[in-house]
Amino acid sequence: MFKPIADHLVFDLFGLTPGSHLGDALNFFIYDTLKIFFLLTVIIYAVAVIRSWFPPERTKRILSHRREYVGNVMAALLGIVTPFCSCSAVPLFIGFVESGVPLGVTFSFLISSPMVNEVALIMLWGMFGWEIAFIYIGTGLLVAIVAGIVIGRLKMEKYVQDYVWEMQVGNGEITEQSWPERLTYAREYTLGLLKKIWPYVVVGIGIGGFIHGYVPQDFLVRWAGRDNPFAVPVAVALGVPLYANAAGVIPIVQALTAKGMAIGTVLAFMMAVTALSLPEAVILKNVLKNRLLAVFFGTVAVAITMVGYLFNAIL
Amino acid sequence: MKIEVLGTGCAKCKTLYENARKAVEMSGKEAEVVKVEEIQKIMKYGVMSTPALVIDGVVKFSGKVVSSEEIKGML
Repeated sequence: MFKPIADHLVFDLFGLTPGSHLGDALNFFIYDTLKIFFLLTVIIYAVAVIRSWFPPERTKRILSHRREYVGNVMAALLGIVTPFCSCSAVPLFIGFVESGVPLGVTFSFLISSPMVNEVALIMLWGMFGWEIAFIYIGTGLLVAIVAGIVIGRLKMEKYVQDYVWEMQVGNGEITEQSWPERLTYAREYTLGLLKKIWPYVVVGIGIGGFIHGYVPQDFLVRWAGRDNPFAVPVAVALGVPLYANAAGVIPIVQALTAKGMAIGTVLAFMMAVTALSLPEAVILKNVLKNRLLAVFFGTVAVAITMVGYLFNAIL
Repeated sequence: MKIEVLGTGCAKCKTLYENARKAVEMSGKEAEVVKVEEIQKIMKYGVMSTPALVIDGVVKFSGKVVSSEEIKGML
């Protein structure tokens, strides 16, 4: 559907020759941009409509007093459909633990919610195909479940800031929304998110296109190929400080894959970008003592690194 | 009437505060608009996603920004 539009624009309207460096690069750029923005608009909107049924107050009730395993699995799954913004992480965390959601289950949610998000998914689907997108969801959920269980087993309740346990939490009511309200919410959510991420997407696709056209083939095989055992941990370490730019990072990473970066390394890098971030650490510092914060980041980083090695070995 | 905007200081919370003030201005009603940033007070309302709007102690909505037009309708 977008191929004829891109072809027409570049080859007929701009008069560039098919097969020329510039013509192909521009064709790629326009095609990718159209495709990605179409997918982003449709899927973010659909996800936002689904999310209107899962306000955090309801998720909290579902997860309250759940046991290990079942609770962790449910928390990771609910992380996909419950809207989450790291700026609300503090009230969300307090609301969860105060209403009896076990600490490990809370962490399964906190890990899955930002990591298995629709933007990363659409970008992976658009740039790598649906197989990689599904592998990302599956392993993302697994990381959230396992890391949550590990943190739960470590019995770290005393490393939650003391005031959290003494907090008086009111009973948040869940008001049922009408269909027009859901659709308005979804429309505004979609527009707001697109407004925030579009420059990153365009710049990311642009840089990706440049790498495709001008960086020599196999350029990265030596450093980021599957035979370099340090590639995965380095990718994870680089991914942690990068945060809101997940949308822009994927097209660049996709281009790097074409130049020899291994797919497991890519997945680990993406997970580090979305699941762990410095701003989130600063926010969570309000409710977690240093030790628990370090255990949280450490556990997730180790789990992600293992995912990277696993997929470098089997894919 | 007392309108409280709950939020820990993110950009969306500031937008909602401005919208609430505009709504009061447009309606011409007597109302006090305050920003609530202390987490203890936010949690008392049971709100888990910010920003949220509270009118006379009742949570009207949470986790989204609403236009001043719509807030006007709630006053």
